[in-house]
Amino acid sequence: MERSTIDLWVGMFMVVGLGALTILALKVGNMGSLGSSETYQLSAEFTNIGGLKPRAAVKSSGVVVGRVAGITFDNEKFVARVTMNIDSRYKFPLDSSASILTAGLLGEQYVGFEGGAEEKPLAPGSALKLTQSAVVLEKLISQFMYNKAADGSGSK
Amino acid sequence: MFNRGAIINVRAIGHRTIDSVMRFGYASRFFALTLLNSGASFRRPHLIVRELYYTGVQSMIIILVSGLFVGMVLGFQGYQTLNTYGSESALGVLVALSLVRELGPVVSGLLFASRAGSAMTAEIGLMKTTEQLSAMEMMAVDPIARVVAPRFWAGLISMPLLAAIFSAMGVYGGYLIGVVLIGVDDGSFWSQMQSAVDFREDIVNGVIKSVVFGIAVTWIALFEGYDSPPTAEGVSGATTRTVVTSSLAILGLDFILTAFMFRGV
Repeated sequence: MERSTIDLWVGMFMVVGLGALTILALKVGNMGSLGSSETYQLSAEFTNIGGLKPRAAVKSSGVVVGRVAGITFDNEKFVARVTMNIDSRYKFPLDSSASILTAGLLGEQYVGFEGGAEEKPLAPGSALKLTQSAVVLEKLISQFMYNKAADGSGSK
Repeated sequence: MFNRGAIINVRAIGHRTIDSVMRFGYASRFFALTLLNSGASFRRPHLIVRELYYTGVQSMIIILVSGLFVGMVLGFQGYQTLNTYGSESALGVLVALSLVRELGPVVSGLLFASRAGSAMTAEIGLMKTTEQLSAMEMMAVDPIARVVAPRFWAGLISMPLLAAIFSAMGVYGGYLIGVVLIGVDDGSFWSQMQSAVDFREDIVNGVIKSVVFGIAVTWIALFEGYDSPPTAEGVSGATTRTVVTSSLAILGLDFILTAFMFRGV
């Protein structure tokens, strides 16, 4: 086979292969958002993190603004300390609150931010004061059961 | 005390062990020689391009077709199971993660070993049998630099690209079955996939895997060809050994790499 034909085919192969990689990176892996952008770190303490895992999303108003970087246990206060990498495009007021929420009924857990009213933004490395722990389904169900039982005995 | 048969058997085991260790040593030396003599193939890139045609371009059809079908099967099977839990919107995640992390590199590696690796072994083995390699040496052309190294680099370059093509085709196949045929929601298919698949953790690790498999397969294929006994029987045996050894190497390496990459947090 002639060399130019081979070159053409190999060129096509390279284009298709690199194209497939690009598709994987952009369409499947969603590298476009929060891929290489600058981040700063925030932390928050929760009494219960439920099933939160590192790399879970941090969302505000449903928009992904960062990722959970790490989860450690504070052995003095007996709370979980969650550190998060937040996209530096987004600043949150000092009195913002963080809560652990669930996507869907049994879905993945994520950290939800709610902006406060303060003027000053949270400095990188600082901690969110207002937090709300994960809803533990078992507790919720048992609470519901107790309430039912209490109602039942009360109406008799 | 011992009868003669037992001693002969024990001796045979020892002989085989020493033989395989020696062969491994020779293979390592061959690998180092290939790397050392790669300079010529970079100075004359058309050598690599020619081999890219035979290893990469000609493997593309089988990779495209099997990627599409593997993805479509994943679409069906994944939907079947996820539907039981009412979470068929996670179909995109299942298809993409299993392809990018495991099936893409492994299956395309196995296909690459049987499609391109066996051809490499047979070609080099025949070159040796027909004394083309010795003829090159007579003309002061190093057969490793002229024949082996370009094939090695071509295999190394084409393997990750083939794995990427396989994964991309597979995701498309899963999309065809899941969204177009069964009717999973289009938006949740892609958005859940995008939030679950990480570029560094999943895609780059998949690429690393496929590069490692590419090195392993081409190394084994080239060595088996170069080391094959110069007879018709020897070449056929070497070709079989290439496919068997490289398939086992891919599966073994995949286990090791997966244990390092995804041991869970």
